[in-house]
Amino acid sequence: MSNGKYTLVEAVNLALHRAMRDDHSVVVLGEDVGVNGGVFRATLGLREAFGFKRVLDTPLAETMLAGLAVGMAAQGLRPVVEIQFMGFIYAATEHLVSHASRLRNRTRGRLSCPMVMRTPMGAGIRAPEHHSESTEALFAHVPGLRVVVPSSPARAYGLLLAAIDDPDPVVFLEPTRLYRMNPQPLVDDGRRLPLDSCFTLREGRDLTLVSWGASVHETLQAAAALAERGVDAEVVDVACLKPLDLDTLEASVRKTGRCVIVHEAPKSCAVGAEIAASLYERVLLDLHAPIQRVAAPDIPPPLYRLEQFYLPGTEDILAACETVLDYA
Amino acid sequence: MSPDLPYTRYLAPDGRPVTELPGWADDFNLLTRLYRQMVLTRLFDQKAVALQRTGRIGTYAPTLGQEAIGVAIGSLMQAEDVLVPYYRDTAVQLMRGVRMEEILLYWGGDERGSDFADPRAAQDFPICVPIATQALHACGVATAFKIRGEHRVAVTTCGDGATSKGDFLEALNVAGAWQLPVVFVVNNNQWAISVPRRIQCGAPTLAQKALGAGIHGEQVDGNDILAVCDRMRQALARARHGKGPVLLECLSYRLGDHTTADDATRYRCAEEVRHAWEEEPVRRLQAFLAGQGVWDEGREQALIADCQTEVQRAVEAFEAAGVQPLPAVLEHVYARWPSALAEQREMLGERLARRQGGEDHE
Repeated sequence: MSNGKYTLVEAVNLALHRAMRDDHSVVVLGEDVGVNGGVFRATLGLREAFGFKRVLDTPLAETMLAGLAVGMAAQGLRPVVEIQFMGFIYAATEHLVSHASRLRNRTRGRLSCPMVMRTPMGAGIRAPEHHSESTEALFAHVPGLRVVVPSSPARAYGLLLAAIDDPDPVVFLEPTRLYRMNPQPLVDDGRRLPLDSCFTLREGRDLTLVSWGASVHETLQAAAALAERGVDAEVVDVACLKPLDLDTLEASVRKTGRCVIVHEAPKSCAVGAEIAASLYERVLLDLHAPIQRVAAPDIPPPLYRLEQFYLPGTEDILAACETVLDYA
Repeated sequence: MSPDLPYTRYLAPDGRPVTELPGWADDFNLLTRLYRQMVLTRLFDQKAVALQRTGRIGTYAPTLGQEAIGVAIGSLMQAEDVLVPYYRDTAVQLMRGVRMEEILLYWGGDERGSDFADPRAAQDFPICVPIATQALHACGVATAFKIRGEHRVAVTTCGDGATSKGDFLEALNVAGAWQLPVVFVVNNNQWAISVPRRIQCGAPTLAQKALGAGIHGEQVDGNDILAVCDRMRQALARARHGKGPVLLECLSYRLGDHTTADDATRYRCAEEVRHAWEEEPVRRLQAFLAGQGVWDEGREQALIADCQTEVQRAVEAFEAAGVQPLPAVLEHVYARWPSALAEQREMLGERLARRQGGEDHE
């Protein structure tokens, strides 16, 4: 970090430092988070700053990490768990689905589970097998969870602080591809960004581009290319996949009448499908064209020689935009 | 080869001491209080099964035959300790101050049953239905105690089947690595639904699983409340004073079905069950107390009448509780209501309106 500019992973690190400094109940735990500062260095310097009682290098067991966090959170701590890659999060899923998300409801609010589970997500960094997943829909389906995906350093900082504050469990997905891309000016002022809210990144009249995570990058590029052609695209970063801010999405699509949803997760049963269905329920008669989805095919992320064909690119988004713009 | 693990038993099945008793075993006031609690648990358990059979509660997991383990645990835990129980823990929950009507509410299909009113249970977990996951929650609770420097203990319970799960082994592992103040009580009641202990695991004892995690493990006769109390007292003291976790394998027998939805006669023989009844914990303590001259038939009858009255009052309180108002199913899913749930509250309201004329949900 230099000249007040931070990458996304540095913003995560900054938020963790801030949260731990401001609230002594915040505890960071995971494999390699202590001495090593995390495999991506998201937890760099935390051990030195806050000590081994609050920055815990754990045994190598994701199920254990999730279960431990449930117990710690029920005791009033605010555990922030790091899972090294989203492809390893599945062992933790039972605790997220069966316990973390339900503890408040099961006990009528007597116990709660203010935990955050952070993990890098997505393809595009030439990683080995099982390191490129974007299976956010698995978690977005679960009542009681929040699923948050930042797409810029500033949103990573503000949303992570808000996630740690939140009294309920949050799955916080960090797009690996953006970790070290485009450093951005950032003031470490502790300001939280709202959860459960979309962010309109660009206002426009002609069509709405909806995306989240790393795909926001290509979506903004597509919007810029469209602008050069005189097409005024609105870009909405969903940011919180559960619960969804449908009101912002509805207002945008009602205004533009056209919508393209962009995500790098496989197409079927993804969050994009949920957004499209909800918009059809709300704004069908305001639409000038069927909603288009630009997504990955329903395959596991291929090994890295072909991953660029798996990920939706700017040209794929532009092609979908042409479809909705040309619709009679 | 079997590791040389300690095994503790003080009372034979007929209630006679088999070895010198611990000093506190002459506190007959204490022992009669424990006995009363075991009888109360058994009568409550019988009533719960009867309520299920008559359709007044849903599926229930009987605790028959395991009263000594739960009563011992509950009698020795301190109020500030935290219980992280499994689904066959009626005995210990009652000892923690959970009310009978709350337990009936839970099994009767009402989340209010896990909102314990008694301060002793205010931080206790609700019973855990998935297998062995609670062992990890207990380790998390114990981690919080350790971070904060508190001399409190997390106690978690499970059956023999749970010891086959990765969660259980991961819990032992982290408890050992971090020397957490946690006590694992395995209620080895010999049956995980229809799977007998011998098929569950190839190790001669379940307690020896502790050894691989670097923690203390031992066996105890789970039908002998003197033995369970003795070892539980030691385990709690050890954990409380930073000397590390303990795995206590209590050998007992599930005298009833797995749940009221199960029929154990399909998979186990009557002779085995008849033999298990000869070992059961309530009669064992009763025989011991009678042998010491502090119990007789008159006291027994008075106790049963007293406990039945208490159980009946709880049933009445449960049945008077009524059904929660419908919005309650949404209220606690999130601390802050997302707009999507506000919309779905309307959906539920409309659904209720369409079904008006049925049950009154307020």
